[in-house]
Amino acid sequence: MATARSDVAFLYRRAGFGARPAELDAAVAGGYESAVDALVGAEASAAASAGAAAGVEPPPSFDPLPRLTGAGGAGGDAETRATYARMAREQATQLTGWWLRRMVDTNDPFTEKLTFFWHGHFATSVTKVRDSSMMLAQNQIFRRCGVGPFDALTLAVAHDPAMLVWLDAGQNRKEHPNENFSRELMELFTLGIGNYTETDVREAARAFTGWRVDQTRTGFQLAARQHDDGSKTVLGKTGDLSGEDVVALVTHRPASARWVCSRLFSRYAAPVAPDANPAAGAMLAAYGSTLDVGAAVRAMLHTPAFLAARGKLVAQPVEYVVTVLRALGLRVTPPPAGAAADAPASITAGSGTVAQRVVLSTLSGLGQVPFQPPSVGGWPANGAWLTTASTQVRAKFASAAATAAELSVITDEPPAGRPDAVAHLLSLDGWTARTRAAMAGAGGNPVRLVALGLLSPEYLTA
Amino acid sequence: MPFDRRRFLIASGVTGGLAAAATAGVVSYRELHGGAAEEPLAGGGVLVVVTLYGGNDGLNMVIPVDDPAYRAARGELAYSADQALRLADGDGSALHPAMTGLRTLWDDHRLAIVRGVGYPKPDHSHFRSMAIWQTASPGTASTTGWLGRWLDAQAKAPSQGLAGAAGAAALRAISVGPTLAPLVVGATTAAAAVPTGPFAAPGGALGQELRHLYLPDPADGPLAARVASSGTDLFTVAGTLGPVLASRSDQDQAPAGQLDAGGGDASAAPATRPVTPSPAGLSPARSAPAAAAPTAAKAGELGEQLDVVAACIRAGVPTRVYSVNLGGFDTHTQEKATQARLLGELDAALTRFQAAVGGDPHGAAVTTMVYSEFGRRVAANANTGTDHGTAGPVLVLGSHVQGGCYGDAPSLTRLDDGDLKVTTDFRSVYATVLERVLGTDAGVVLGSQDAFPRLAFL
Repeated sequence: MATARSDVAFLYRRAGFGARPAELDAAVAGGYESAVDALVGAEASAAASAGAAAGVEPPPSFDPLPRLTGAGGAGGDAETRATYARMAREQATQLTGWWLRRMVDTNDPFTEKLTFFWHGHFATSVTKVRDSSMMLAQNQIFRRCGVGPFDALTLAVAHDPAMLVWLDAGQNRKEHPNENFSRELMELFTLGIGNYTETDVREAARAFTGWRVDQTRTGFQLAARQHDDGSKTVLGKTGDLSGEDVVALVTHRPASARWVCSRLFSRYAAPVAPDANPAAGAMLAAYGSTLDVGAAVRAMLHTPAFLAARGKLVAQPVEYVVTVLRALGLRVTPPPAGAAADAPASITAGSGTVAQRVVLSTLSGLGQVPFQPPSVGGWPANGAWLTTASTQVRAKFASAAATAAELSVITDEPPAGRPDAVAHLLSLDGWTARTRAAMAGAGGNPVRLVALGLLSPEYLTA
Repeated sequence: MPFDRRRFLIASGVTGGLAAAATAGVVSYRELHGGAAEEPLAGGGVLVVVTLYGGNDGLNMVIPVDDPAYRAARGELAYSADQALRLADGDGSALHPAMTGLRTLWDDHRLAIVRGVGYPKPDHSHFRSMAIWQTASPGTASTTGWLGRWLDAQAKAPSQGLAGAAGAAALRAISVGPTLAPLVVGATTAAAAVPTGPFAAPGGALGQELRHLYLPDPADGPLAARVASSGTDLFTVAGTLGPVLASRSDQDQAPAGQLDAGGGDASAAPATRPVTPSPAGLSPARSAPAAAAPTAAKAGELGEQLDVVAACIRAGVPTRVYSVNLGGFDTHTQEKATQARLLGELDAALTRFQAAVGGDPHGAAVTTMVYSEFGRRVAANANTGTDHGTAGPVLVLGSHVQGGCYGDAPSLTRLDDGDLKVTTDFRSVYATVLERVLGTDAGVVLGSQDAFPRLAFL
């Protein structure tokens, strides 16, 4: 049965990466409403900026990759290409490690969770973009603009070099439009299938002709000679539409509001179709004509439909891993300078740390590495994560995390009370009879009890 | 734009609502193997489905090399009659130059090419088109895969006397890779996902406790129940396949040993087939392509997946359906180099696989089907590539396959807004393999199917 405590615990899991017991105690005392405010509102931002001053790890800065001339980046001599490939790989690993540490360490989990949501929504992969500086810049857009108006966010993402490279802006020329960005903009980013026609895609592609990464490789420019400034008709509107006009047009369609709100509900609460979002009323009202994403999320978190979504979503691997690390108070340690990339990383019992390499290989085995979505469609959800193969990887990770954690809150309890202590640590209401029976077999062994809790059906779907 | 199965998973809605498979108990490998021996895949054989993600350019795979309209439309993307591998009695068609192994299969009459395959009202979206191919329910919002519905139907059917029926159910279909291909996800059942790397269930005390942790509990919601059932499946599947996969590189040296490993009784295990010396697992029975069996390196990522499938088949694992895939076919730019690399890998992987299972007692029943979500437009684009199109060829190969061309070749001049017209509904291919490979009434999976004549390739 839902209690005030379990409601707030659910809020922290879904809108952030879970709460530590003391954090939860404090939030419960203030009530659900102020817990939402604390997570989403100005207080969270203030706490985050204070944290930044107190020494949160700054984003990495990257040496420029060597320029490869020629079509498709195939130019350059063999040595330059090898250097490029090595640097691109190392920088991507560094970037991914930084973001994971940020998610684990942050005082503003709501913002990091929403940043991760937008990464999956505007899914862009470093495997094609290659340039980690571009990926970081896009990531900062999600962090900076993610709670703001959706039209501004979409335009910022569209103008940003990572997306321009990702969806082939360079090949979209007046004489030969390339529909890649135009199609994904409508199908995945703003409207959803069924809310536009093939003609709209083709016409909109003309509006995006000439969109380019600028000479510095850090910004946007319009190559006027490649741009089609003729008349186009998109979604019933005719004129010399620019790409910016098209972004404004599609994001302000009523179907777009439904699409965005249903995507948010699907990732925070439970998967829903755009026309079957049980929180649509409140979310759409809050989203309004200014396309206020933050207000829509806040409204969602206040709906009964959100709280009724317990047990209807499997945590995505990144969410799961970060939530586990935070719950157990574990830090992710970057690889020591000069260490071989494939050096085995061991787990030191009770050390309070897990090597970055262990975390990344877990995520790789589970099928979700940040900055490497499989495609522009982002990652799958729910049942797709529950495979025999992923169970194997998750079990290994849970054991490693439980081993590395300092577990005095469990060992301080008498053995009979330890299963409940694990539930308390993981901010769960309790265990099913089945899970209690399995835990009884662990004979009070704290590491195994914690691992079992982390692998339990109730924790994975909480 | 990269495109693979996981992109499709999102849009197709293969997400929630996947109820738990009622799985209880764990069967030993010996039980499974015994079951397979007593009922050697009764009523049909084994189906291997190869999905090519991204939209493979069918016109440059099965090439109408004598058609002047082909050269006219494709310009520098076209292959000449000298370059392409002309097919004897192939109705004027030729294979892509990289597909030497499949040409040999063609000459052995073990490769069928179904031409012009597609569905009504073609859709140029990767998502929609792949959803249609994988759900086989065009015009509906159905999210169950066509082989997922077959799995659902098998689960409902009375147990056929196999002692470990629940364990056998966990192994009825296998999807190779960390995530499930939607085509093998049903309403209540789904294939097991098996990685290409090492595969073992957790051992020791934690392993014992996890077996209890993944028993069903009445308090579980549908999703928690699914966690529990997939956890139980891990023990079944890993217990069976772990030893098979671990030993697949040296199984030719010790075919009996890999069977013992799962059964736990080495002395009593019979060798089920003769020891053969070839590292690629070739049997003398099909000696022709033996010398040319491609290396694992050449067969790439798909070859790695098919090696898993071959190891399972040769070990007699009672799996009826395997799903594997290869991505990267979305060749909007510089198509020739990309497609040649991918089709070379496809050719090597299929040839290697066919060589590995072709002479095996269990392998004779294997039929492999290769498809992509659409072909590409007939005319090349301005970036020496091709854009999303419609109909494409489906390849079917195996020891029982009647080689040759099936379905009409689409005209390159009477086009539908620049696209090929579909000549063969994809459900004709599905209905044929459902009935003649899986021994199942196709109606259970495809519904009303008056319009889908069976094809004679099987």
